[in-house]
Amino acid sequence: MKKALTLITLTAAMAAAANANAAGVTVTIACGTVGIELKMCQDGGARWAKATGNTVKVFQSPNLTNDRLGLYQQQLAAKSSDIDVYQLDVVWPGQLAQHFIDLNGKVPAATIKSYFPGMIAADTVGSKLVALPWFTDAGLLYYRTDMLKKYGYTKAPTTWAELATMAAKIQAGEQKTNKQFVGYVFQGKDYEGLTCDAVEWVVSNGGGTIVDASGKITINNPNAAKALDTAASWVKTISPSGVTTYGEEEARGIFQAGNSAFMRNWPYAWALGQGADSKVKGKIGVAPLPKGTGAGARNAAALGGWQLGVSQYSKNQEAAISLVTYLAGPAEQKIRAIEGTYNPTLPALYKDADILKANPFFGSLYSVFTGAAARPSGPTGVKYNQVSQAFSGAVHDVLTGKTNGTKAVAGLATTLARIKGTGW
Amino acid sequence: MTNLSKAPTAPPTTRRKGIEATRARQAIWFLLPALIAIAVVAGYPLLRTIYFSMHEANLTSPEQAKYVGFTNFYGTGDEGVKFGFLTDPKWWSAVKNTLLFTVVSVALETVLGMVIALVVNSAFKGRSLMRTAMLIPWAIPTVVSAQMWAYMYNDNFGLIGRGLLGGQSPLADTGTAIWALIAVDVWKTTSFMALLILAGLQSLPSDMYEAADMDGASKWTQFWRMTLPLLRPALLVALIFRSLDALRVFDVMYVMLGPNTAAETSMTGYARQAMIDNSQLGLGSAVSVAIFLLIMVIVVMYVTAFRVKFD
Repeated sequence: MKKALTLITLTAAMAAAANANAAGVTVTIACGTVGIELKMCQDGGARWAKATGNTVKVFQSPNLTNDRLGLYQQQLAAKSSDIDVYQLDVVWPGQLAQHFIDLNGKVPAATIKSYFPGMIAADTVGSKLVALPWFTDAGLLYYRTDMLKKYGYTKAPTTWAELATMAAKIQAGEQKTNKQFVGYVFQGKDYEGLTCDAVEWVVSNGGGTIVDASGKITINNPNAAKALDTAASWVKTISPSGVTTYGEEEARGIFQAGNSAFMRNWPYAWALGQGADSKVKGKIGVAPLPKGTGAGARNAAALGGWQLGVSQYSKNQEAAISLVTYLAGPAEQKIRAIEGTYNPTLPALYKDADILKANPFFGSLYSVFTGAAARPSGPTGVKYNQVSQAFSGAVHDVLTGKTNGTKAVAGLATTLARIKGTGW
Repeated sequence: MTNLSKAPTAPPTTRRKGIEATRARQAIWFLLPALIAIAVVAGYPLLRTIYFSMHEANLTSPEQAKYVGFTNFYGTGDEGVKFGFLTDPKWWSAVKNTLLFTVVSVALETVLGMVIALVVNSAFKGRSLMRTAMLIPWAIPTVVSAQMWAYMYNDNFGLIGRGLLGGQSPLADTGTAIWALIAVDVWKTTSFMALLILAGLQSLPSDMYEAADMDGASKWTQFWRMTLPLLRPALLVALIFRSLDALRVFDVMYVMLGPNTAAETSMTGYARQAMIDNSQLGLGSAVSVAIFLLIMVIVVMYVTAFRVKFD
């Protein structure tokens, strides 16, 4: 009797194990954790797993993009197969291309054609398609509609000077009752986020893009210097002194707690700001970032965005490609656009009624998302990170009052020349 | 071999020497695993770092290293362009800040640690509870306590930034940030210092103090003439431990300041940025070698200046 029981248990256990095998393979994805990102990634993975019978494991990455790159590089250099799918920043493909499989020929050509051509170009290194665009990002100006109305303004500011005047007036009025209230918050910490913010200031004032498409260092010009001085003039006036320690989430925290009139941030902040626990729900307006004055001034939003690539060292490449194609596909992008304000990389979705209902500004700001200003990751190639660090460091010195715009851009030009050496 | 040739002339000594030699051989066999372990986990990485410090190599493809001599440290290009980290003002700022951090925080920790150790060494009710409780800051992992302090320093909701300073962030200004970091380190490691000093205090004979009391020496005199000189060996070991730790500081800076500012504030942060963020394996290794040499020089200085004995 005892023997029979053992036998039955054993058979049952083996059957269960066989079942687990039949359920497919486990694919590990490393995705971001900023705001609602992690949950959306888990949900998306679960939907794919249910449809295909495979299993998805989500690897939690650090919040700051710099930390993430360091971690991924170590994993990839060690040829680790722990992570199958990586979420890549738009400035990384040039640096990491060799570790990822070529998606050309593995993903149907028609699917590749359905994305914005510019984004596919950004993910192509040589002739190799390193990753599929998952969502795109551009800097936006968030404002409090109720505050603008209260202080007699009818529309969002269109120039930086206007923004400063409005922010100062609202801040002065609100601080009478709320000491913590500030006019404007942005990403002022010395990291990749500051590079994005500062590229917007410089481009919007006609100061060029640090390094131009041909690889020439262009940052040492009066417009760029003026742009940085303007930004420095906000610190301690319309922005708190601590703004030079803020990343995306610190800025969002202040805005969402109702303590700021304006905020520069990425689109993801919209869905969270409209959430049930948000103190500014229903009081948020979104506009293009202001522009400077003078020749060459234009609206500029830094181009961000994340891609999905399959590691060359993955042991389950087929399943990983299937996961990437699914997550970057129209159905999943639609869910992400509605629930998380992630900007689709498929032009077709910008005409989708459900998406426009959830994000009314998507339609009117279409040109902001598609014509955004790129960071110089293309021309500077593998040295982009050093260029970005040198730039954000110089900008941070201006913001904290250690130097002024003119000296900073001159010094930066020298530093960049040293980094460039004999060529990018 | 020599033992064998001596064998016929003095048999008894040979036997004793033979036993000693056997023991020595056995000892080597017993030590061998430890020596291999040291060679593998300490020697090999060190040699490899030195090897890479003289090569131009990328983190993502280390096998394609190119020999460049000492240009990772210092070099001049064709058009007089200087490269190598020794020409980078950021590196020198990191060295300056790390040394400042080390000197100030270790000095404060030693003085405060001594005071705390003397207090908890005296007999009072609840002494053992006190001794355990004071170790709590030290027991918290540095990344956790650093993040906790970063929140406290936050100018919008932090206990210190908003509460004490009325909306100023000490971390925003690099001039004040280093002092804010020293405060965190002192808060965290003073108790460790106190523990080391306390261990030293416990080994002092109590009858000596009884005799001193009989002779009418004041507590002050007892401290300066008896406690301090006898405590010297323990104190110096504690000082070396803490100084080396402080010179290698990384996590506090990295968590509280972010990668770029940390690279200007700590030598290890600079090394990490070169090696990881910029994937310059060669340059990063060169920086690591420089840190290793610098720390070694400081240890040698300590040991010779204070005649520390480790046995």
